[in-house]
Amino acid sequence: MPVNLKVFRYDPDKGEKPYFRSYQVEAEPSDRLLDCLNRIRWEQDPTLSFRMSCGHGVCGSDGMRINGICGLPCQKLVSVLGAGEVLVEPLPVFRVIKDLVVDLDPFFERYRSLKPYLITGTPVPEKERGQSPEEHGAFADAVRCILCACCTASCPVNQDKETDGYVGPAALVRAFRYLFDSRDDGSSARIDLLDRKEGAWGCRTLWKCTEVCPKQIPVTKEIGRIKKRMYGAKQEKT
Amino acid sequence: MEFIQFHPTGLYPLGILISEAARGEGAVLLNGPGERFMERYAPTIKDLAARDVVSRAILLEVRAGRGIAGKEYVHLDLSPVGEENIRDKLWEIASFARIYLGIDPVRQPIPVAPTCHYVMGGIPTDADGRVISDESGSVVAGIFAAGECACVFVHGANRLGCNSLLDLLVFGRRAGRAMRDEAPRVQTPASKADPVKAVGEDLADLHERRGQERIDTLRRRMQSLMMDHGSVFRTDAGLNVAIDGIRGLKEQFSRVAILDKGRTFNYELMEAVELRHQLDLCEVILTSALHRKESRGSHFREDFPARDDGAYLKHTLVFDRPSGPEVRYRDVSITRFQPEKRVY
Repeated sequence: MPVNLKVFRYDPDKGEKPYFRSYQVEAEPSDRLLDCLNRIRWEQDPTLSFRMSCGHGVCGSDGMRINGICGLPCQKLVSVLGAGEVLVEPLPVFRVIKDLVVDLDPFFERYRSLKPYLITGTPVPEKERGQSPEEHGAFADAVRCILCACCTASCPVNQDKETDGYVGPAALVRAFRYLFDSRDDGSSARIDLLDRKEGAWGCRTLWKCTEVCPKQIPVTKEIGRIKKRMYGAKQEKT
Repeated sequence: MEFIQFHPTGLYPLGILISEAARGEGAVLLNGPGERFMERYAPTIKDLAARDVVSRAILLEVRAGRGIAGKEYVHLDLSPVGEENIRDKLWEIASFARIYLGIDPVRQPIPVAPTCHYVMGGIPTDADGRVISDESGSVVAGIFAAGECACVFVHGANRLGCNSLLDLLVFGRRAGRAMRDEAPRVQTPASKADPVKAVGEDLADLHERRGQERIDTLRRRMQSLMMDHGSVFRTDAGLNVAIDGIRGLKEQFSRVAILDKGRTFNYELMEAVELRHQLDLCEVILTSALHRKESRGSHFREDFPARDDGAYLKHTLVFDRPSGPEVRYRDVSITRFQPEKRVY
């Protein structure tokens, strides 16, 4: 079946303004939108740029805006795209480098700012640090995060120039993952970073992150649990 | 490099990995007539036999016309696992089936076929990631490798499930420590040629090509040749066909067209560089496989189905020569575990 795509194009080297170009490719209903984009590149227009790697929602490199909603083209089958022209744009919030490729350096800087690693206060044990399945279950959903940036790009707080200093849902999911890890001793350092308006309080509970998450992580609920934890820590202090 | 592991259960037709965890939790493989065929190939361990054994079994069922509806796949039935276990322990596997096939694995079997998974071979290193350059283990000063690109010789001919973590956590760490310790005092021989300049010129040359051959077409042919002759089953005749084919593709590659002349995120140029490496590696894999006239681990020769420790209990080393890849061998160091016959 023919699939029609309207794709955002921008090449800074050519000194031109961004524009949309339409393509038509032949595809099976079971093909991914990613297959269609590759087919454009391989068979019609090799100048089209977009990131991709694993092709099945594990690497998180092909986040883009599909018919206005952020998602992974490797997870969207032609059969669910509908009949009309498919609008393909780069992720919002981030600066476009070329076509569908955006600059994710600020995204990863913010992610790193929340110490996305285990902080321990005890000596390294001879074997691994143990954890029960129940303890792991407390943050197991968050481990699924593939850092595709779809949540942060979809967040109205991040999209608003007035509030775009907000660290964003993806970084908070990772903060949640360590804050609720039974092996982690870094909660006071973490809470210091989170307890500010650019931190977890930046979240206005608008649920856009949860709606778009390709790994179905309950992002908004996890941010809510961070807020509760910070509130609890404050109560203890007073 | 002849040891390429095929994982038996790739989601058909995309090849997305359906991990062993599924069979570990009780999922079973079924053929077209609905038979639990692994009982015939591995009566004791059945569906949990080694990856090469299960991969061959699936393809033998398909060859005998016992695939699903006569096609090139079988079914992985997750119903014995139960809904709760699937949700709690196999979430991602279930999500793949849902997203890519619209299947609810609680109620419907997943179509699977063997899929290319892991390369046991690679850049030869010692146990601290130092790259070695010959049979006697001479170290190339200042060059390290770790991860799937490396071959530390621990996986032998057939890596076991989860053991790629060795490459990452153990040998990655050991290589990092060795680099930290050795970097201050490493003596690299002064090179007359400027290697960065040479690579830059080579890339510029590739970027400027205006031939008739398309990367996509050459890559598809390479993929077909490797799947048909270099994958789960191999024969002398097939390997020779594939080697000739790959050499032909290398010749065609010299006339490749790079239409994107830009310098920002030029994926066409990147894929051209990748394809050139892939064609070289295909030749190395096929040549190594042709020389190993026995079957061992992931390498199965239909014309030499038995293991031959007398002649081939050895590591293959391949050297780049103007006439093509040259195959030599390195002795295997066996410590605690003597090779035994594999019986299921």
